[in-house]
Amino acid sequence: MALQLFDLDLRIDQVDYLAKINLEFTPGAFNVLLGRTLAGKTSLMRVIAGLEQPSNGKVMLHGKDITALPVQKRNVSMVYQQFINYPHMTVWENIASPLKLNRVKPDEIKRRVEQTAELLQISPYLQRLPLELSGGQQQRCAMARALVKDAQIILFDEPLVNLDYKLRESLRIELKQITQQRDSIVIYSTTEAHEALALGGQTTLLHEGKVLQSGPALEQFHYPVDLNAADLYHEPPLNRLAVGKALVCAEHINLSGLAGDKLLANGDSIIAVRPDQVSLHPLDKESMQIEADIDLAEISASETYLHVSFDYREFGRLNWVLHLNGIHTFSNQKKLSLFVPISKLFVFDPQGKALRVPSQVNHDIEGVV
Amino acid sequence: MMIGANAFSVRKLLGLLLYLLFVLLPIYWLVMMSFKTNEEILGQLTLWPAQFTFDNYVTIFTDPSWYMGYVNSMIYVVMNTLITLVVALPAAYAFSRYKFVGDKHLFFWLLSNRMAPPAVFLLPFFQLYSSVGLFDTHLAVALAHCLFSIPLAVWILEGFMSGVPKEIDETAYIDGYSFGHFFVKVFVPMIRSGIGVTAFFSFMFSWVELLLARTLTSVDAKPISAIMTRTVGAAGIDWGLLAAAGVLTIIPGILVIWFVRNHVAKGFALGRV
Repeated sequence: MALQLFDLDLRIDQVDYLAKINLEFTPGAFNVLLGRTLAGKTSLMRVIAGLEQPSNGKVMLHGKDITALPVQKRNVSMVYQQFINYPHMTVWENIASPLKLNRVKPDEIKRRVEQTAELLQISPYLQRLPLELSGGQQQRCAMARALVKDAQIILFDEPLVNLDYKLRESLRIELKQITQQRDSIVIYSTTEAHEALALGGQTTLLHEGKVLQSGPALEQFHYPVDLNAADLYHEPPLNRLAVGKALVCAEHINLSGLAGDKLLANGDSIIAVRPDQVSLHPLDKESMQIEADIDLAEISASETYLHVSFDYREFGRLNWVLHLNGIHTFSNQKKLSLFVPISKLFVFDPQGKALRVPSQVNHDIEGVV
Repeated sequence: MMIGANAFSVRKLLGLLLYLLFVLLPIYWLVMMSFKTNEEILGQLTLWPAQFTFDNYVTIFTDPSWYMGYVNSMIYVVMNTLITLVVALPAAYAFSRYKFVGDKHLFFWLLSNRMAPPAVFLLPFFQLYSSVGLFDTHLAVALAHCLFSIPLAVWILEGFMSGVPKEIDETAYIDGYSFGHFFVKVFVPMIRSGIGVTAFFSFMFSWVELLLARTLTSVDAKPISAIMTRTVGAAGIDWGLLAAAGVLTIIPGILVIWFVRNHVAKGFALGRV
C-alpha cells in the first residue's frame, strides 16, 4: 500500500522536466525530495497532485491507477513555497474551505478547524485575513489548510524557504512531529542538504529530472552514487581535481601520496574532497599538498569560507572553497599550503560515478560503492 | 526659513485654487443656468439666478420625451456593462492563464479595436441592425458599445488576473473546487477591484457615447444625449432646459464614481488602467 510511480516522463514544449521516474513512497515515512532548483522536485509533485499530466508512465495509489484522475478527486493537499491563501477569506474560512467542499458537517468543521489551528499555533488569528499575518503565520495557515482534511498524500514544496532561519528550525521540527502522527504519505521537497539530514527521512535525490539515488539521507551523505549526488549534500560543493593514470606532480602540487593507489592507476579519474576536510597544517597521515593563492575569505559567525585558486595542468585555474571552523583572517597573506588527507578523498570515474568514498577508505582500500 | 515655506505654500494654494476655479467654472455655470429662466440667460450676465426657478427640472421630470431619454440611456448602459463583464471575465482569464497559438496577437488585435473612431463602424452597424430588426432597440446600442468596451475590459481585467498567482487556482482545485465554483467563489471576489474599475469604464464610455447611440435609435430607445442635441424648437434653443438636462446627465457619473471610488483608486494602483 503506497504511492508508486512507474516510468514517469514529463515533457512540455520539447523540454524534459522529468525522465523515467520510478519511485515508491510509503505512508508513515517522511519522504524528502532533495535537489537543486530546476531539478524536477516541483514537477514531480505537480504530477503526483494531478496538476500536470505525465507524458508517459503511471501513478498508482494503493494499487489503483490514478494517472488520469482529476486533481479534485485525488484527495491530496499541497503547500507551496509562496504563501498561498485565499486573500479575501479569513484564516478560519481558509482552513475550513476544503472541509466545506467535502460536505463535512458544520460542527465537525468547527472542531477540526480549531484543532488544526491549535496544532499550528494560529488559534488567536482565526478571524484575521491572511495578509494581516506575518509570513510565518501565513505559511502556518496554508499548512493548516493542507492538514485539516485527511488527505492521503500531503505535498510540501519547499514550504520553509521564504521564512527566516529561526522560524524554519522550529517549524521543521513541528512539521515532522505533526505528520508522524498520520498515516498519510508525506512528501517534502528541499534544496538544502542539512534540511534533508535533519528530517532524516527516506530521501530521493533529483538532478535534471532524473532520480540519482533513493534511501536514508545519512546513508546518501556517506555513500553518494556519483558526483552530482555528492554535490547535493555539500554547500559549497566538493573541491575536485581530475587526475590521469600518470599522476603529474608539479612544483606547487604534490600528489605523491596517491602514487600507490591501485584505483587511480586504472585510468583517468576525478578526485574530490569535502570543503571541510582540507587542512591548512601538515598532517601525519598520507596527504597531498597544494600551494594555492588566496582569493577571498568570507567570515560568518563561527566559520570561515576561504576561496583559493591554483593552476593545474591543462585544466587551467581551479577554484576551491574551504570550509574552516573558527574565524581565520588572512589579511597579509597571499599564498598558503593546503593539505588533503588521502583517506578523505572521493574518487569518481570520468563520468562521475563514485568509485570510492572517504569513510570506507580506512577499512577497505579497494572499496567500491 | 519658516516664513519662506509658508509664503511658498500660500502661493501654491493660490495656484491650486485658481486652477480649481477654472476647472469647475463651466460646471458651476451649467448648474446656475439650469435654475434661470431663458430671459435671464439671454438678457444679462448674472452669477446667481435672479429669478430662481425649478421649471426646467419640472419639465424634464414630467415630459416623457425627456425623462424616457434617461431611462433609455440607463437601460442600454447597464446592459452594456453586464454584457461586457460576462464576456470579458472568461476572456481575460484565458489570456492570463493559458498559452495558445496567437494569444499575444489576438490580445493586441482586441485592443486595436479601440483605435478606430466609432464613426468607422456607424454604417455597418446601422445596416446590420436594420436588416436583423435590432434598430431602435436598447440591445442594439449596448451591443455596439460592447465593441469598444469589451477590449478595454479584457485588457484591464487581464492585468488584475495576472496579479493573482496561478498557485491560488491550483490550491483551489486541490481543495476540491471545480473550475466554475472556484471562478465564482474564489477568483471573482479576489479581483473585485478590477471588476469595479472595468464596470466603471464600460459604464462611463457607454454613458457619454453619442454618435452610435444617436444613429442606432430613433424613438423607442432614444438616449438622453441624443435628445439634448435635438432641442432646437421653433422658439430657438431652450437654454435653461438644456442646462437642467446637462446637470441630470452628470449625476449618474458622479454616483458611479462615488460608489466605486475605493475600488478605482486601488485599481489604478494595482492594475493596468
